[in-house]
This record gives sequence, structure tokens and C-alpha cells, in this order.
Amino acid sequence: MDFIAGLLANRIVAAILVVIAVPAVLVGYIALIEAIVSRLGRRWSGAIRPWLWMAPALAFLGVFLVYPTIATIIRSFQNRRGDAFIGLDNFVWFFTRNDTLIALRNNAIWVVLLPLLVVGIGLLIAVLVDRVRYESVVKSIVFLPLAISFVAAGVIWRLMYDVDPKVGTLNATVKAAGGQPVTWLSSAPLNNVMLILVGVWMFTGFAMVILSAGLKGISTELLEAARVDGANEWRVFRSIILPLLAPTIAVVATTIVIYALKTFDIVFVMTNGNFDTDVIGFRMYKELFNNTQPGRAAAVAVVLLIAIIPVMFVNIRRFRQQEAVR
Amino acid sequence: MGHRSTAWRRLATVVVTAGLVVACSGGGGTASPGGSAAPTTGGASGAPPASGGSGGTGFQFEQLGGSVSVVGSWSGSEQDSFLAMVKPWEDGTGAKVNYTGSRDLSAQLTAGIASGTLPDLAGLPGPGLMKEWYGQGALKPLDFVDFNAYSSSTPAGFAELGQGDDGKLIGIFTKAAVKGLIFYNVKNWTDPAPATWDELTSAATGKVSGDEKVWCIGVESGAASGWPGTDWLEDIILRQSGPEVYDKWVKGEQKWTSPEIKQAWETFGDALDNSFGGPQYIVNTNFGKAANPMFDDPPGCLFHHQASFITDFFKNEAGAKDGDFDFFPFPDINASFTGSVTGGGDLFGMFNDTPQAQSLVKWLLTAEAQQIWVERGGFISGNKGVPLDKYPDESSKKSAEILQNAQTFRFDASDQFPGAMNDAFFKAVVSFAQDQSKLDSILSELDTVQADAYGG
Repeated sequence: MDFIAGLLANRIVAAILVVIAVPAVLVGYIALIEAIVSRLGRRWSGAIRPWLWMAPALAFLGVFLVYPTIATIIRSFQNRRGDAFIGLDNFVWFFTRNDTLIALRNNAIWVVLLPLLVVGIGLLIAVLVDRVRYESVVKSIVFLPLAISFVAAGVIWRLMYDVDPKVGTLNATVKAAGGQPVTWLSSAPLNNVMLILVGVWMFTGFAMVILSAGLKGISTELLEAARVDGANEWRVFRSIILPLLAPTIAVVATTIVIYALKTFDIVFVMTNGNFDTDVIGFRMYKELFNNTQPGRAAAVAVVLLIAIIPVMFVNIRRFRQQEAVR
Repeated sequence: MGHRSTAWRRLATVVVTAGLVVACSGGGGTASPGGSAAPTTGGASGAPPASGGSGGTGFQFEQLGGSVSVVGSWSGSEQDSFLAMVKPWEDGTGAKVNYTGSRDLSAQLTAGIASGTLPDLAGLPGPGLMKEWYGQGALKPLDFVDFNAYSSSTPAGFAELGQGDDGKLIGIFTKAAVKGLIFYNVKNWTDPAPATWDELTSAATGKVSGDEKVWCIGVESGAASGWPGTDWLEDIILRQSGPEVYDKWVKGEQKWTSPEIKQAWETFGDALDNSFGGPQYIVNTNFGKAANPMFDDPPGCLFHHQASFITDFFKNEAGAKDGDFDFFPFPDINASFTGSVTGGGDLFGMFNDTPQAQSLVKWLLTAEAQQIWVERGGFISGNKGVPLDKYPDESSKKSAEILQNAQTFRFDASDQFPGAMNDAFFKAVVSFAQDQSKLDSILSELDTVQADAYGG
């Protein structure tokens, strides 16, 4: 045992083992159940086979998704130490405290502004760049921010917004134009918008790529027919492109809405929740780690879960409709 | 054939890439022994640590072997100094110290407690969290430490701060800091140290003119923004309303809306009104750079209130040199509460009771060990056994002297608050600095948090 533990302590060896062992185990498992199922007669094998194939994935989901969700929901009804049930007290706390309500308000702003700006700008770029020769260059540049971590983006933009004109690009521009440096991050409510702009910078590439793919799926004959009939570009966009792109836009918008509800890193790195920029995700972190109040943190998580349910509902309905069309 | 060999090639690429990615990613997450331990001889000037015969305390090293894992908030040169401090212990016992630095101690240790993966020894964010973790059974009592010897070698009240509510010793101080020092640029202030706060304000207000203000204050500090203001308020409360009010305030028995506390905020507000740059500067400037205007020509301010460690920042951020600055202690406000000193320190606690951990704890408490870091600079020892002439510069020597001779010593109040109260205190300072007219609502909000944080 010690030899294996020693071997695993070496990270390269551990990495190779994991990368080889996990697929090997999965393939071995599939081979095993195939061997078993093929023994069972036609009637049984048809019924059991799908479940056996899905078993590893279901087990994974069960342990890492279903169990924590149920445990968190139960925890949200318990007190700090976790040994007694206190009913809805944690939720009452959430909805009656000033600071948590500010966090809720801020998330509402994020949920409205972020998808609007991301989808709007993404769509604009996708449509404009569609008929230009250097399309892939522009798309690569716009997509690049998505490749970096949220924390890195937070650090970058924190420097950009810095109050000192020698450090902050924005204030350097303002000063060069003859103005006074603006405290972007500490002036409420402007600072919320500035944080959302960082999110826009990160996600526009994502929206643009997906909308561009959807755009290319619209048959050119349709567009040409409309142009031949005398429709100008704006009319073409409004009456043909938009309706046909509606499902794609919905998917992109719901993804961004989910992110807006979950946002944490940008706020954590840039303002740490100060100056009225707090968000729900950050409150959950604070309650758990700084204030050692796991019951309340669980309640915050449950509120977030409930907020996301309508969005998931829309997504699943959209998905079902697409399946039906197929 | 072509199709299969491409598939194998792809698989090989994936394996190799994954291997490289995992190997290159640092040992993040919970403290893993053997993580990024810095070289133990990092840049030391080679002066052999006081182990030449261990003159003085004669610490008994026993051959232990093995290792001990330590997590602390020190990095860079502070980390090098810590490793130099433990080197004689490593040589004497044959055991290895595996140190990992972490900026977010409370998150890392809370997660560690929940998952059961904990270092043997760890720096603790403060007495408040120390007691919470001891109550959860995560921190082990340090019964093997001779409490009387420890207590008599440190300033009055220091050792008791590491005790739990049941009287057992849980945390020991490795590094101390004196707070409530008023720094000035020797070129701009040549008067003797004022004896009272009123003397200071009238003398200073008389001296400044034009854009120059009395104070340089900056409270920005990332996740902990606001903490410099909390130090201000603690100094004011201790000197204005006395140690009894201070102690009740620490325990959560003194309301924030009470006249004593409100008066302290108003005094702080007067200082803020007379600060360089106004509210936006105060709120947006990092504490390490806040004093830069003091060294400008013409200077932006006369004084900067901070703890003893700020001298490093004067040298690195403002380009000042030893001898450019000096300090005097925060003057008395009320004559009946004289000789007060506030201070802080880095607490260490033990999560896993092993022979190596016990031995290292005992080593860290000796004057011998502390002297190693003292000589490297940037370190004030709480141990009275470290001779004052070992301090490498005048200001550390003066600070150590203040600490060792304090009549009424009080540990930083906000470090003793429960986590939620501390957090709210920081945020309150930031709001107040931005807009003083909101004081009443800020204080009643703090009362709400106080009732909640101390109650649960």
C-alpha cells in the first residue's frame, strides 16, 4: 500500500495513471455488462441494457449533483450547528436584512443588463461580420476573453478602472480628454454597470460565435428573395433573421441569465462586495467561510436555486420543442 | 490502418497534455505536505543562527525525524524569514518543516476542518476564529507549553489572548505588532511628541497650509478594506473611554450606538475631514501607498497613523530611507486613561497533535528563535527575552520597547470580534469614510450585526 501511495504522490505518475485508468475502467465496464446482457435473452437485454449503460453517469450525477442539492436544502432549514430544525428562520433572515436585499437587487440588475448587452452586441457583431472577408480574425479577437479565467479578467479590469491615471486606462483617457479621474468602482450605482461591463467583455464572444453559427444556418435563398423583393437590410434583419434566430437567441440568453445569477468572481476580485455591489453568490461564500453560518449559506444557495428554476424551465421547453421538430 | 493510427496519436496527445497540465498546476487547495516549500536558505546573509551552543535558553533538541506541515499567511521575504527561524529546529531534530503560504486563511482552514485535511500547525486569523475552531474540536490544546513561563516572558495580557474560554492555551504568538503609532517625515515635523490629542491637533492644524492636510489616510485593502480605520477607532476608544469600555466593546456588551462609541467615530471623522485627498482618495487608496504624499515635496500631509510594520512600505512604496521618518505613540485623549498601547500579533495553533508539532511550537516560543527573525528585520517579538539591541533599526527597537513597557496593553479589538462583526466593522469604516452623514444608520446597522453575531 505504501508503495502505491508513494507512487501516487508523484503527480506526473498520478496524472498518467488517471488518464489511462479512467477510460480503461469505463471500457472494461461496458465490455463486462455487454457480456452479461448478451447472455440474458432478447426480452431482458433490451430493457436492462440502457440502464446499465447509463449507470456510471447516473451514479456520478447522483453523488455529485442530487445528493448535495438535497443535503443543502435540508441544511437550509437547520440552525448554525446543524443539530436542530428552525423552519424558515434562515429565509426570513435573508429577506429582512438590508445587505442581503441589496445583493438581491444587484443580481436583478445583472440579470437584466448582462443578457441584454451580451446578446445585443454579440448579435450585432455576428451580423456585421458575416459578410466581411476578415470575419475569422474579428471573431477570434472577440472570442479571446472567454479563454481566460474570471479572476484574471477581474484583475485586469481592476487595473483598468484604477483611480490613478498613471495606472488606470479609463482614467488616463478621461484625463487626456481634459476631465477629472472618475472613481469607477466606488461610486454606486455606476459601479454595478462597470462590473457588468466586465461580464459583457467576457461573454460577447460566446454569444457571437453561437449566433453566427445560427446565422449561417439561415438559407441564403430566403435572404436573397427578400432583397430582390425590395426589402432593405433593416427589414431583412427584423422580419427574417430575428424570427429564425429566436431559438438560438433564447439558448444564449438563458445561459447568460444563469451566469448573471451565479456571478461571484468578478465582484469578489474587483470590489469585494463593497460600495453596494454585493451579489448573492458572494453572500453565500461570506456566510459560509467568514461568518461560519452554514445554515444561512445553504438558505442563500436555495434562493439561488429557486431563482434559476424558471430559466431552466424555459430552456428545457425549448429543448423539447427542438426535439419534437426533429 | 490510417484511421487507427490517427486515433492512437490523438489518444497519446491527450495523455501527454493531461499529464503536463496536472504536473504543472501548483499544489493548490488544502495544504498538501510537500507543497511549494521555498528554499530554506533563501537569500539569508549567512549569519549562523544563534545555534552556536544555543547560548542562553539552551533549548533541548531531540532527534525526531519526520515532518511537520505548516500553513501561514507569510509569503516572499516574510516566508524566507520564517523558514530561517525554523532552520535550527530542523537541524536539531532532523525533522522537516513543510510550509505553505495562503492569503485566505479562514477559507482554507474552514474547508480543511470540514474535509478533515488540515496542516499540523497553522497561522490563525484571530482570537475570535481561534475560539470557534477550538469549540468545534479542530484545534488542540497546547497543554505541553509551560503557561507561566510563557506568560511571564510576554507583556501583560498577551499570553491570555491565546486561551480558550476554558482556560486552556490554544494559540501562541509568534510575531507581534505595535499599533497606534503616528509616523511623520522628520523634515516636516521637528516638534517634540505632543502629550495629548488636543495638543496634537492644534499644533498640526497651525502648521499646515494650502493643500497640505494633517493626516494621510487610505483604507483600501481588497477583501479587508476598511481595517486601517478600525485601528484608528480602537486607539481612540481605548484612550477616550478607557479599557473597561474597550473590553465590553470587544465582548459585544457595549452597543455601537452608545455615546462612547459614537463619540469615537466623530473624533475619527474630524481626522478624516482633515485628510489628504478627501473621501474618494481615502476610500480608493491602498493602505500601503496611503502615506506617499507625506514624503512628497511639497508634502501632502504631516502624519500617518499605522502599526509598526508600515516602515517596510515607506521604503518600498514611497522610496523613503531609514532616518527619513520617525514616530511617536498615539497621545492620550483623556488624562485618566494614560499609557495605553494597542497591538496585534500572528497567532499559531495546532490542528494535529504530533511530537514534531509539539516540539516546533516550543521552539517558536523561545527568545532564541524569535531573535533570528528580529535580526532579519520587520519583526517585533513579544518575548521580553530578546535583547533590545538585537533590533536592526531604531524604529523596530522603539516599537519593541513600547510593547514591552506598556501599562495598559490591549489586543486589536476587531481581530477578536466574531467573523461577521469584524466584516461589518470593516464595511462600516468604508461607508463612513465615504459619507460621514450616514453615521447613525451605520451604527444601528452595526448594532443589528452585533446582536446577531454574538448571539448565535
